[in-house]
Amino acid sequence: MKKDIILAGVGGQGILSIASVIGIAAVNLGLNLKQAEVHGMSQRGGDVQSHLRLSDKIIYSDLIPYGKADMIISVEPMESLRYLPYLSPDGWIITNDKPFVNVSNYPPPENVSNELAARKNSISIDADKIAKEAGSLRSANMVILGASSPFLDIEYGKLEEAIRFIFGRKGDDVVNVNLKAMKAGREIAEKR
Amino acid sequence: MQKLVLLGDEAIAQAAIDAGISGIYAYPGTPSTEITEYVQHSKEAKEKGIRSSWSANEKTAMEAALGMSYAGKRSMVCMKHVGLNVAADPFVNSAITGANGGMIVVAADDPSMHSSQNEQDSRFFGKFAMIPILEPANQQEAYDMVHYGYEISEKYKIPVMLRITTRLAHSRAGVSRKEQRPQNELALPKNLTQFVLLPAIARRQYKDLLRNQENFEMESETSGFNHYFDGKNKKLGIIASGLGYNYLMENFGDGGCPYPVLKISQYPVPVKMINKICGECEEILMLEEGAPIIEELLKGILNNNLKIKGRLDGTVPRDGELNPNIAAVALGLTDTRGNDVPSLVVPRPPSLCAGCPHIDSYLDLKAVLAEYTPGRVFADIGCYTLGALPPYSTVNSTVDMGASITMAKGASEAGLTPAVAVIGDSTFTHSGMTGLLDCVNDRSHVTIFILDNATTGMTGGQNSAALGKIEDICKGVGVEEEHIHVLNPMKRYHEENMKIIQQELAYEGVSVIIPRRECIQTIGKKNKDKKAEVKK
Repeated sequence: MKKDIILAGVGGQGILSIASVIGIAAVNLGLNLKQAEVHGMSQRGGDVQSHLRLSDKIIYSDLIPYGKADMIISVEPMESLRYLPYLSPDGWIITNDKPFVNVSNYPPPENVSNELAARKNSISIDADKIAKEAGSLRSANMVILGASSPFLDIEYGKLEEAIRFIFGRKGDDVVNVNLKAMKAGREIAEKR
Repeated sequence: MQKLVLLGDEAIAQAAIDAGISGIYAYPGTPSTEITEYVQHSKEAKEKGIRSSWSANEKTAMEAALGMSYAGKRSMVCMKHVGLNVAADPFVNSAITGANGGMIVVAADDPSMHSSQNEQDSRFFGKFAMIPILEPANQQEAYDMVHYGYEISEKYKIPVMLRITTRLAHSRAGVSRKEQRPQNELALPKNLTQFVLLPAIARRQYKDLLRNQENFEMESETSGFNHYFDGKNKKLGIIASGLGYNYLMENFGDGGCPYPVLKISQYPVPVKMINKICGECEEILMLEEGAPIIEELLKGILNNNLKIKGRLDGTVPRDGELNPNIAAVALGLTDTRGNDVPSLVVPRPPSLCAGCPHIDSYLDLKAVLAEYTPGRVFADIGCYTLGALPPYSTVNSTVDMGASITMAKGASEAGLTPAVAVIGDSTFTHSGMTGLLDCVNDRSHVTIFILDNATTGMTGGQNSAALGKIEDICKGVGVEEEHIHVLNPMKRYHEENMKIIQQELAYEGVSVIIPRRECIQTIGKKNKDKKAEVKK
């Protein structure tokens, strides 16, 4: 088993929570893990990415080689495209289609959508809307995680377990909102 | 025991706790900050009474760590690469005094300058000071090397450098812990003049350091951290240091590399091992994360016609961090790079947060400066460096911690008046206070903005040593009280603030203006913590 995942977004959007959930589920399954994060200056509204690598064999590099990522999981549509050099020819893009506009020259959103639609394997969903319906806009990242879960080769129950573990100390309400958001994301991806 | 999933930084911190340190000293700096933060938040560290609060700067941190070592206890001091410049004086001299209790200096380098103003390689400094350097390739090695580092530090009575880079500092992996060691008892050096660097004593100590070089090299040959992996194909031999080894092996995986490989993770360089691989192979490829230090050693001036490929001949880019693809291309393998980034993707540079007090400070300052010719604002290191970018575009220099005040001083003395300095609260107590004293003594025509957001913001909101002390420091240094102003950087005070700034720019002496409002990130975090507390 080997999964190389690029997690993408803008500083503050919660990509590290996605990484934590997948990471804890993977470690509980006895897999090896390496996860490179961006700390420091870029966290102030800049583009951020995390390289998440899972394998049942030894993992050498903390960075995924170009062209070898199995998936790009992104909480922002333009950011999902920034990492295309990393995506393998058969890799998948799973992204939120809600733009996060904090630069004046952000491209027209429909151009970004068209660019994504032209890709071989991509799923774009309105994670913000689904998260709101699930109870909290802040769980949009868990909607995206849910939408990518069918591609992860990790038992769904293990992801739920990881959410309970991570958010447990914040109380049952937070756990349930996140579980619900992940479930809603998964259902949408399964319908496509 | 179950493995812990830790950042490289956290693995170092956990190892330091387990290896029996009594204190850790540091000033925040990416990518080193999380080491000290981990100790600060560790329940175990608290129970063991390990001291861990922030120091005013890297020099005070280094000296305090050396003092703890003098008293016989184990200490760790952590900094980013440029922090080591600040601490260079005590660092280099600590090699001459030597250590008593074990002492490790962690230097976290930032090749590719993800969050830094240069990409200097701290191995130069370690070599300069002539102390052992450890350079882990992964999180487990980082953990293990801290234990080993304290062992050789106490064996040879020498501070040891642990050099890491951003990718290891900020990447997580599983780490197994070792047995925990108790802290040392208070025990002064056997020779109470060991730390007295009077010339006569320093000469003797320096000879000891020189004599120890062969022991340090013997450790490099035998510790196991430097390893020679044989390969059938001797057309090429690869010397890979630090993370360079990972990027090399990523290209071969389980099958292993067909060429001989020398993995270097400990310095001084293991000369015998290097002679072996260079003697056996037709060509050498160097993969170093950082500057071509080993490569230059190998090439020297009288290179014996051995072909050495690396950063110096362009096989590997001269600057920036390595990655698996750079290693692949250097090995002559296919570049697996996927599709190009579509042209519609635009850069998203970091920016000041919505609601950040610095935004209002810059808007106030910019409005007043419109009356003057441009090019007179000397800034410093922190979030407010982002004032160099649009829409503020106000900043004309950012060099090193504290340089705002002294560069403004020099420029004003050259005739550029008024000159403006912009420095943060924490940067001011790090390295700005002495420059302010120079200004007062020379009665320089400078207007100094100390942006007080009550935290060390860029590195994630650590406590600021300046908290509640800025006006008293300025007065104590000799700034006239009527030229110290505290402003509230809010839109509704824009006109009022502008008037004060105008008036002080015109004053032909030292003025200090302190826009004061807490960082929006730390306020948010405090509110969140409060909410969580209420729920409990």
